[in-house]
Amino acid sequence: MEITSFIVNFAAQFEDSDISKFTPKTNFKIEIEEWDSLISLSVIAMVDEKYGIVIKGEDINNSKTIEDLFLIVKQKYEQ
Amino acid sequence: MNNNPFSLINKTILVTGSSSGIGASVAIECSKLGAKLIITGRDLDNLNKTYKELHGLGHIQVIADLNKDEDIKALVSEIPEIDGIVHSAGILGTIPFGFITKGKIDEIFAINFASPILLSKNLLKYNKLKKNSSIVWISSIAGNLITSSGSSLYGASKSAINGIAKGMALELASKKIRVNVVSPGVIKTNIFNSGIISDNDLNMEVVKYPLKRFGNPEEVAFGVIYFLSNASSWTTGSCLTIDGGYTLL
Repeated sequence: MEITSFIVNFAAQFEDSDISKFTPKTNFKIEIEEWDSLISLSVIAMVDEKYGIVIKGEDINNSKTIEDLFLIVKQKYEQ
Repeated sequence: MNNNPFSLINKTILVTGSSSGIGASVAIECSKLGAKLIITGRDLDNLNKTYKELHGLGHIQVIADLNKDEDIKALVSEIPEIDGIVHSAGILGTIPFGFITKGKIDEIFAINFASPILLSKNLLKYNKLKKNSSIVWISSIAGNLITSSGSSLYGASKSAINGIAKGMALELASKKIRVNVVSPGVIKTNIFNSGIISDNDLNMEVVKYPLKRFGNPEEVAFGVIYFLSNASSWTTGSCLTIDGGYTLL
């Protein structure tokens, strides 16, 4: 599992935000204006579809940056 | 008790999905009003927990996966004649529209819609539903009155329930069998505690309820009991919304 492809999959859930805004250190809930509850659900569904991992709303709440979330998914993926 | 129109004494009621949540509560509250219960679920341990909480004697528990035709047939052949069935087996799928797949459609519609229809049909075919019996569906305000992000497929399965319930009510009236629907808002159950929706989002949601809280399972059960009892003997094809006033706004 690589963070570069994770970021591409993550960014694909947004309609209006340019891909350049998404880096490992992006504080996505604050820095990406478009972030909302539907995108949150879409990220959960994307992780399920692409990685076969079930994450919860709490995992997103507990993640500040995209890298934080990536590490949660990666840890579950490798278990 | 004899003057209580909501009494379920001398009635045998089948409740699906009674291992947990609304189904468990419906079974327990029905037993308190004197019904003999037949409870079904997929998980023995959880079903047993509900069974132990039933008041009175003579209840039956049957392990069945209603997704399987053979389990439906076995259940129908095993049970005595009944005075009512409550379709409360169901799943809650939170799936953004863009992530819907044929597999997800099949899964949600199989459990929420197809299985209870086939169970009802088989109960009729094998004369297990007595004259004057009552069929009650647990639907939802989702899909019927409102929707929310990620609820499109779940809501569709629930509005399909309301659609078929009307047709059933019409066609089964000649047998004096009544068919009604209860549509709850958000109820505090394990489905809702699954964590897909964060506590923070739930806290933001609860303030949208005029009665300022989510519902308790027994508050749905009491509506179901109305439809099962003789109190509703001239009510069929109806839908009772139990939502703390959510759909007023």
